[in-house]
Amino acid sequence: MSFPWAEHYTPKLPLMKWIDEKLPLPRFVYNAVGGGYEVPRNLNYFWNFGVLAGLALTIQLVTGIILAMHYASNAGIAFDSVEHMMRDVNSGWLLRYAHANGASFFFIVVYIHIFRGLFYGSYKAPREMVWLLGVVIFLLMMATAFMGYVLPWGQMSFWGAQVITGLFSAIPVVGDPIHTWLLGGFAPGDATLNRFFSLHYLLPFVIAGVIILHIWALHIPGSSNPTGVEVKGPQDTVPFHPYYTAKDGFGVGVFLLLFALVLFFAPNAMGHPDNYIQANPMSTPAHIVPEWYFWPFYAILRAFTMDLSIPFTGIVIIPAKLLGVLAMFSSILLLFFLPWIDTSPVRSGTYRPLFKKFFYLLLVDVVVLGYCGGAPAAEPYVMISQIAAAYYFAHFLIVLPIIASIERPDPLPGSITEAVLAKAKHRPVEADPALAAAAE
Amino acid sequence: MVRFLGGLVGLFFAGMLLLSFIWGAVSFVSAPPAPTAEGEFHKHPREIAWSFNGPLGKYDKQQLQRGFQVYTEVCSACHSLKQVAFRDLEALGYSPAEIKAIAKARQVPDVDPKTGEMSTRPGIPADHFPLVYPNDVAARAANNNAIPPDLSLVAKSRHGGADYIHSLLTGFTSQQGYKNEDGKELLKEFPDAKTPEGLHFNPYFANLNLAMAPPLTAEGQVSYGEGQPKPTVDQMAQDVSAFLTWAAEPKMEARKSTGIAVVFFLLIATVLAWMSYQNIWSTKEH
Repeated sequence: MSFPWAEHYTPKLPLMKWIDEKLPLPRFVYNAVGGGYEVPRNLNYFWNFGVLAGLALTIQLVTGIILAMHYASNAGIAFDSVEHMMRDVNSGWLLRYAHANGASFFFIVVYIHIFRGLFYGSYKAPREMVWLLGVVIFLLMMATAFMGYVLPWGQMSFWGAQVITGLFSAIPVVGDPIHTWLLGGFAPGDATLNRFFSLHYLLPFVIAGVIILHIWALHIPGSSNPTGVEVKGPQDTVPFHPYYTAKDGFGVGVFLLLFALVLFFAPNAMGHPDNYIQANPMSTPAHIVPEWYFWPFYAILRAFTMDLSIPFTGIVIIPAKLLGVLAMFSSILLLFFLPWIDTSPVRSGTYRPLFKKFFYLLLVDVVVLGYCGGAPAAEPYVMISQIAAAYYFAHFLIVLPIIASIERPDPLPGSITEAVLAKAKHRPVEADPALAAAAE
Repeated sequence: MVRFLGGLVGLFFAGMLLLSFIWGAVSFVSAPPAPTAEGEFHKHPREIAWSFNGPLGKYDKQQLQRGFQVYTEVCSACHSLKQVAFRDLEALGYSPAEIKAIAKARQVPDVDPKTGEMSTRPGIPADHFPLVYPNDVAARAANNNAIPPDLSLVAKSRHGGADYIHSLLTGFTSQQGYKNEDGKELLKEFPDAKTPEGLHFNPYFANLNLAMAPPLTAEGQVSYGEGQPKPTVDQMAQDVSAFLTWAAEPKMEARKSTGIAVVFFLLIATVLAWMSYQNIWSTKEH
């Protein structure tokens, strides 16, 4: 699972030898995130975000488990039980704000992690499985976050649940029974709240399990790197510990600083005021919007305003609502096919001049979609999201395969060390004996 | 095969979206959405320099007490404050004896210990503020079919928070001849937007007309004690807005002071982490 030059685990203490014979867990950790895992030396700060996502999940698990001790998943008292935490539970306000903003930060980190993968071609062979498992984690995260947002039983919780579960009723013939079955009734109620709480507690552990598979799959080929050139020899890598544990330590510090600034000084900035009003099935909010991390997908959902019908006959083949639902799910599911859609042999966007331009266009496009998804369903936002959603699908399904076949990539460096050397040519290389040797 | 099918799916979705766009654009140009009275005459709250603004902001206890007085004498006739307990008022600077007296002055629902019948008794500090109406039906019946919202969280459940509450309380005005900043007159532009019978015009309210009558109407409606500012309508509105902000976020001061300590700690930790990162990598070009 690692390069031949990686350090081997050699326990020195008798106790550690004893444990290694019985259950080689320390050996496993050493080979996974210790001195035994060799990593390309040229990783930039974007490679911090995997560890940060793990940290964000841990924060969610710890705060969530304690919150669950005080929460009541009963439609009659759920809202009040959350306010009880905010007012009467010791540091309850800290736990709840950490959990609510922790979800936002989890998504910020994961979105950066995903776009890192998109830019540096991390989804390409031999790391397809890492990417596929990553998309599974993303889907599980979305389900978990959605159900978690329902639990405080505020207005947006209730109406968000109403809208999102309502998507399933767009399925022909079986849609309505599925909708009722998912909710445990005809509208979100006690049964819905209880099953969402149960699943919201379960899914994070499923996510943790898939993360283990994700890291396992990563450790078979080893980490990618900003040049996209594979590791060729010992001079290209450094042991994970202490090199990347130290770098991740700094990344964790910056992450926690930003997290603390929002958590302590603007804890409601990323939430919606309406969720401080108790759920009321008789009163619909003026604008129902999901949490900000779903806005791009919400914009795609709402962008379909026209039925697919046979012209001049009025026969509807696919109603607009179903089209929107199909498109919204497709916008994520298409990521599963990405390794086989983008056939360019060059991984890193750094050496792909044409790809790079379209990548930045996609980045802007997703931000525009997000903005439109958070705006009211009115013009001009619907028209803008139609153009932006069209580009989103075109980018992955049409533009990427075309770029792959017509693009002339820039010359790749011969090795990771050569790239590092080129970058460092204005600095003395004697500081590093391995590099000095490679330079000769 | 994947690329071919994917391309077809992409063409289909992009095509449907472009058709939708053209359809939408045509109807947008041929029949542009009509401007609405809410869109043109709804005002954003005026910003006030609250004592609790900013990362170091704290509540002004004197102001909170005045605001509590306004709530008690004016708002509490219709609006409940059910998430707040009497004991919480200690944060406003009241002594335990004062809190006991405040609680005792209110009747809270309970079961009569002798008969088991539903009855009421004087409150104790552990009680929450009692509801004003036994249920929503009673609330509607007493208020021209509108439910006065509970105010415990109103400062967090409205865009603009305290600014909004203050602007709303002082924003009631006559609809006759009302003009916005552009000098447009509401009833000339939208003759149909006339405030219906039983509602009250207020440009800070989302749809311009709300059921609540102006609650603060005259200077001195609440009499503040010695050494307090003059109880003008604006002052009373500011005070009660501050009080409701406290009611919605009673742990704000603990949150901010914890935050200062946490950020200070993390700054040092992050600098140390950066230094050890630099130290470990000092002999490795990367």
